[in-house]
Amino acid sequence: MNIFVRMANLDRRWIFVFLFLVVSLAYFLRNVTSVPVNTTKEVESIYNFIEGLDPGDKILLALDYDPSSLAELHPMSRAILLHCYRQDVKVVGMTLSQYGAGMVEEVFRNVKSEAERIYGKTVEYGEEYCFLGYRPYPAFVILGMGENFRIFFPRDYYDTPLDDLPIMHRVRNYDDLECVVVIESGTAADMWLVYGSARYNMPLAFGVTGVMAPDYYPYLGNALFGLIGGWKGAAEYEKLLEQEHDANRGMLAQVVAHLVIVLFIVIGNIGYFVSRKKTKIGD
Amino acid sequence: MMENGPDLVTLLWTTLAAFLTLATFSFLYKDNPLYKIAEHLVVGVSAGYFMVLFLWTSLKPVLIDRLIDGQYWYYIPAVLGVMMWFRFSKKLGWLSRYPIAFYVGTSGVAIPLYMYNNVNRQLSSTLDLTLGFGSLAHFWNIIIVIGVLTGLVYFFFSKEHKGAFGGAAKIGIFILMIGFGASFGYTVMARISLFVQRIASLEEWGVMLYTYIFG
Repeated sequence: MNIFVRMANLDRRWIFVFLFLVVSLAYFLRNVTSVPVNTTKEVESIYNFIEGLDPGDKILLALDYDPSSLAELHPMSRAILLHCYRQDVKVVGMTLSQYGAGMVEEVFRNVKSEAERIYGKTVEYGEEYCFLGYRPYPAFVILGMGENFRIFFPRDYYDTPLDDLPIMHRVRNYDDLECVVVIESGTAADMWLVYGSARYNMPLAFGVTGVMAPDYYPYLGNALFGLIGGWKGAAEYEKLLEQEHDANRGMLAQVVAHLVIVLFIVIGNIGYFVSRKKTKIGD
Repeated sequence: MMENGPDLVTLLWTTLAAFLTLATFSFLYKDNPLYKIAEHLVVGVSAGYFMVLFLWTSLKPVLIDRLIDGQYWYYIPAVLGVMMWFRFSKKLGWLSRYPIAFYVGTSGVAIPLYMYNNVNRQLSSTLDLTLGFGSLAHFWNIIIVIGVLTGLVYFFFSKEHKGAFGGAAKIGIFILMIGFGASFGYTVMARISLFVQRIASLEEWGVMLYTYIFG
C-alpha cells in the first residue's frame, strides 16, 4: 500500500501521540527560542483606548468565563488589568459566568499583587478596583446595570454595600464609565451586544476564545471598538504592554501545532486523491 | 507554599489536579473508568458549587435581604418564581404558565434590539460609503460586498446554479470556505491553548513533587 494511503488511514491515536510530543517539546523550548508576534489593529485599538484614558477614569471589566476557558482568557485578563493599573485607570470588575466567581476573584487578587510588584504602586481594593461578583440571567443584569448598578449589585462580592466603596461613588450606570471590556467564553457576548451596546450604546470591546473570535469580527467597527481573539490576541496585548507572559511563551507551541496539523491535512488529502485515482484506474 | 518548598496540602491538591488531567486525557485512547471518575466529579462539583453560589450571591442579596428590609414589592417576583415549580404538579401545573408568559412577554424588549444589532448594524457595515474611494479600505469593502452577495446566491435554491448565477454561487462557496478555514484555524488555536496550559500545570506539579522529595 502507498505510504500516503497508509497515512490517510492512520489510527487517529497516533496523531494524538505525535501532537502531544511535538507540542510538549515546543512548550519546553519556550525559553530557548520564540516566534515573533505582530500586532493587529483590533487589539491595538483596545490598547490605545486604555492608553488614552486619564488617571482616575473608570472602566467596567466583565470576566465572563470559567475554569474551562482559563487557559485562553487569563492572559488577556491579566494584560488588561495590568495596563489599567499602570495607567491609574480604575476597574470595576464583575462576572456573568456561574462557575467563574471564585476564579475571577482570584484573578483580581493575583494581578493586584503583580501590578504592585512590577509598577511599585499600591493597588487598593475599593479605591483602584472592586469586584461586584456574579449574578445570574445575563440579559437582565446587563439591562439593569444600564439603569443603576445597585439594582443587581447592592453589595460587592465581599458583602460591602456599593456606596461604601470609594470607586463606586458617582458611578450609577454605563454613562459614568469610559468603556466596557468583556472577556467572554459563552453566550453572554451576544447579550452584551444586544442589551448593552444596542440599548445603551456604550463603547464596548471583547476579548474572546479562539473558537468565538470569527463570529464577532463582523461587529468590529459598528458595535465593538476592539477585539482580542484567543491566545494570539492575548500575546499581542502582552507585547504592546511589554509584559510578555503566558500567551507569548505558548506561541511557539501554537505555531508547531498548526504546522503539524497542516502537515497531516496535506498527507490525508494526498492519500485521498491517490486512493481515488487508483479506484478510477481499477474501474 | 512554605519557605523551603511546597507544603503537603498544596502538593496533594496539585497531585489531584494532575491525576484528573491525566484521567481526562486517557479518553483520547478510549473510554475508561478513570475518565468516568473525572467526568462525574466535574458534573457533581459544578452543580454543588452553583447551588451554593446562587443562594449566597443572588437569592440572598437580591431577594431575601430586600424582603427583610421591607421592600414588599419583591414578593411579586418571589411568588412568580415559586409558581414556576408548580410545573411538576399535574393538578396545579397550569399555574406555571403565568410566570412563563411574563418571562416571554418581557423578551419583547429584545426584538427591536436584535433587529438593530444583527440586521441594521450589519447592513450599514457591509456597505460603508464613508470610506474614501480608491483607498485600501474601500477595496476590502468591495470584497466584503461581493462576498456577502455571492454567499447569499449560494443559498438561493429556487434557481438552478447555472451560467452567471452558478458562477456567483461558486464564488460564494469559496468565500464560505475561507470563513470555515478561519474558524478552523482559530479552533485549533483554542484547543492547543487548553492543551499547553495543562502541560504547564503538569510541569508545575512535577517541579513541586521534585522539590518536596529532594528539597
